[in-house]
Amino acid sequence: MTKKADVVIIGGGITGAAVLYELAKYKLRIILVEQEPDLATGTTKANSAILHAGYDALPGSLKAQMNVAGNALYHKLKEELHLEIKWTGSLVVATNDEQLKILYDLKRRGERNGVPSLDIWDGKAVHQSQPNLSSEVLGALWAPTAGICWPFDLCLAFAENAVLNGAEIIRECRVTGFDVDSGTIRMVHTNKGNIETTCVVNAAGVHADDISSLAGDDTFRIFPRKGEYILFDQKVQNALVSIPVFPTPDKMGKGIMVAPTIHGNVFIGPNAQNMDDKDNTAFTNEGMNEIIEKAQTIVPCIPLTQAITEFAGIRAVSDTNDFILGPSLKVNGLFHAAGIQSPGLTAAPAIAQFLVKKIIDKLKPEYNTTWKAGRPRHIYFKNLDYDEQQNLIKENPSFGRVICRCETVTEGEIIDAIHRPVGARTVDGVKRRTRAGMGRCQGGFCGPRIIQILSRELHIPIPEVRKEMCHSYMYFEKKSTKKVICDD
Amino acid sequence: MIKQIYDVVIIGGGPAGLTAAYSAWKNGAKEILILERDWEVGGILQQCIHNGFGIHHFHEELTGPGYAQRCYELIKEKKEIEISCDTMVLKINADKIVTAVNPHNGIFHMQGRTIVLAMGCRERTRGAIQTPGYRPAGIYTAGAAQRMVNMEGYIPGKNIVILGSGDIGLIMARRMTLEGCRVQAVVEICPYSNGLTRNMVQCLYDYNIPLYLSHTIVAIHGKDRVKGITCAKVDAYKKPIPGTEFDIACDTVLLSVGLIPENELSSEAGITLDPITHGPIVNQHRETDIPGIFAAGNVVHVHDMVDFVSEEAEIAGKYAALKAQGRVTGGLADLKIRTDNDIGTCVPQHICIQKNNEIITLFIRVRRPMKHVQITVRNSEEVLSEKHMSAVRPSEMISVSVNSGNMKSRYEDWTVSIREGL
Repeated sequence: MTKKADVVIIGGGITGAAVLYELAKYKLRIILVEQEPDLATGTTKANSAILHAGYDALPGSLKAQMNVAGNALYHKLKEELHLEIKWTGSLVVATNDEQLKILYDLKRRGERNGVPSLDIWDGKAVHQSQPNLSSEVLGALWAPTAGICWPFDLCLAFAENAVLNGAEIIRECRVTGFDVDSGTIRMVHTNKGNIETTCVVNAAGVHADDISSLAGDDTFRIFPRKGEYILFDQKVQNALVSIPVFPTPDKMGKGIMVAPTIHGNVFIGPNAQNMDDKDNTAFTNEGMNEIIEKAQTIVPCIPLTQAITEFAGIRAVSDTNDFILGPSLKVNGLFHAAGIQSPGLTAAPAIAQFLVKKIIDKLKPEYNTTWKAGRPRHIYFKNLDYDEQQNLIKENPSFGRVICRCETVTEGEIIDAIHRPVGARTVDGVKRRTRAGMGRCQGGFCGPRIIQILSRELHIPIPEVRKEMCHSYMYFEKKSTKKVICDD
Repeated sequence: MIKQIYDVVIIGGGPAGLTAAYSAWKNGAKEILILERDWEVGGILQQCIHNGFGIHHFHEELTGPGYAQRCYELIKEKKEIEISCDTMVLKINADKIVTAVNPHNGIFHMQGRTIVLAMGCRERTRGAIQTPGYRPAGIYTAGAAQRMVNMEGYIPGKNIVILGSGDIGLIMARRMTLEGCRVQAVVEICPYSNGLTRNMVQCLYDYNIPLYLSHTIVAIHGKDRVKGITCAKVDAYKKPIPGTEFDIACDTVLLSVGLIPENELSSEAGITLDPITHGPIVNQHRETDIPGIFAAGNVVHVHDMVDFVSEEAEIAGKYAALKAQGRVTGGLADLKIRTDNDIGTCVPQHICIQKNNEIITLFIRVRRPMKHVQITVRNSEEVLSEKHMSAVRPSEMISVSVNSGNMKSRYEDWTVSIREGL
């Protein structure tokens, strides 16, 4: 069956979702295709979750421009979309005179990029703010506009609003090719059928160059770079840091940091390893040792026994080392949002506005006059006050049944996560929308219960419930002949 | 109907909670409440459908659900004992006010004249043990998989490697084999097994399942679903030895790498925990350092057998009941129990010496396997109790009984020591 769309967005990460959100403000038929069962399963799910101030990128680069603009946009979007963001500010710390000099360079660079209110703190002020930092810290660059966030929620927020405003998202939809006719895109081929369109946004993350090649544009390459992290229990936050703390940056990037998460955990990481395999998110022993060693230069006492999980993410580094944004030079109708490595999360809303401007210049659509801001609020039982909790349970008793004891997540919240716009289809999808399974037992207790709820609410048998990816089936009928391992 | 005040409020309706309730009832408590988060009582026993339970406590070999049923039968007709299932306790405070929630009552509060903590334990996860590799589907704690297989009727995969030789892992090795799955290996980082000897024999040797001691998983492969693991030998410091790696193709990894007492509620209430057991520090009556809050079972320390959980819960239930009725007098002295280096844990951690003589049982776990040992409990230099054993292992709890009336010398802290090779 062939569908028709004015714009097809390829990739349901933060960039694709932000573009979808901006485009939904216009009278356009928009389809976003995502190859996995949920959004934000690539780079968006495994990164430092920092909204950067914007002093890192070189002045004049797209990264610098989009970072500072994106940061400012999130300050507004937080209200409209109820985004899970905390504006904590951040520190870059120096442990010797040479590094101190670099801090002043960074401050000047930030000011040229337009970052407001940067300041240099002396060692005393730094330790007053963050008493667990190494005594060798001599000073720091303070960036008050930085923040921490829940990247998955940001991505979902954009997508939920867009869907409520008429956009369509097709999941488990993998692009297999394009019809290009005299240099112009005519059709997108997918495993779920063809989509007739003349405008495609390539937001395919680490696979953006592969998608581009499929359309006949070989002008850039993406090099995957892996970063590994260790996440700690919420109870150790007081022994670590309350705001993100970076080391002085070097050639490979911003370095291994120590930072709180929006949910009160603390992580250390990431390292930076160039990879051959774009989907290699394997966590390694070497990586673990490297990040522990380097994090200890910032906070000497890392409570290693309180680690609750380790993970790795892949960043998409372009061969220009800058974002690749705008119309393809080879294929008419193809727009790239590629090479979106850090600060891509921060930059996303600015990237979206930048690209959408170019798209509307081409398509000249009318405004979507029925467009509505916002999205349904998430209910977090744990964060409500006593009366609100009581009323909620009276209205809907499933909010009185705690499924995840580590994070106090109720059945009502899990049901809501499944039935929201762009609802959860997988166990990890429930986890990222509700935090069920994210605590210290990592789903040991609630896992089987969440599988049952997904099965019941989605009307699928338990063996059809997946963990996260397309072929990530979890349980099987005892007599089934179904293959456990499918080709990834 | 939930009341506002109870003699004894019991948090958890597993074997510890059920036995504590019965013991509290036998000792005169009139209003007893059990709060259970699952939809029925019995706790983790409900998924342990194998036999081997109850030989000590009920003098009969029972299955897990059978044992739970026995515990439940003892209390189900008692009008003094109320059970609230589907109920999660959110908070306990030092005034013994318990806050709980369920779909029918909403959030509600009640006060116990005494409280018995019986929340059990949880399984250590992959993150806590830092296994490198991908994060695909197909990795489960042995207990979570056991629930799915035994209670829901689904298998986690067909070709299985088990990391860790804890008892649940061994039991699952046999269970999966009986379900027609292939268990490729049990991989244990220690040079000895961490399960009961009988489980080693009945679950591994009887089914020719290979056990790799001093080995660990150094990588898990597969992006969507587990496709295999890399295993390596470890040195004396449990570090993988380069060059010893080999791969095993499998679709499932089950983790049986230890249990941790579930004490978030206890810590929030301000109860002091033992950094070694991860459970509350208790005296011989299983009273924590908040007077009137008792604890029993795996929430105090991880037991090897449920029979000993019941034994401990009988003590906690009894003294919780007596205390609720004001029938407990202060002790004569409070003695710490000190242990030598080869002893890992000892519960109770201290003794509140009473006027009346008491037989006090110390539950001990050793740090390493030893042969021909003598365990000695002393009050200062005076020997209070001695026990000889031909072999001891960390996986097996040792009990040593002491008659407090035997003490002749001045009260001093007790010491427990172990000597090998006698």
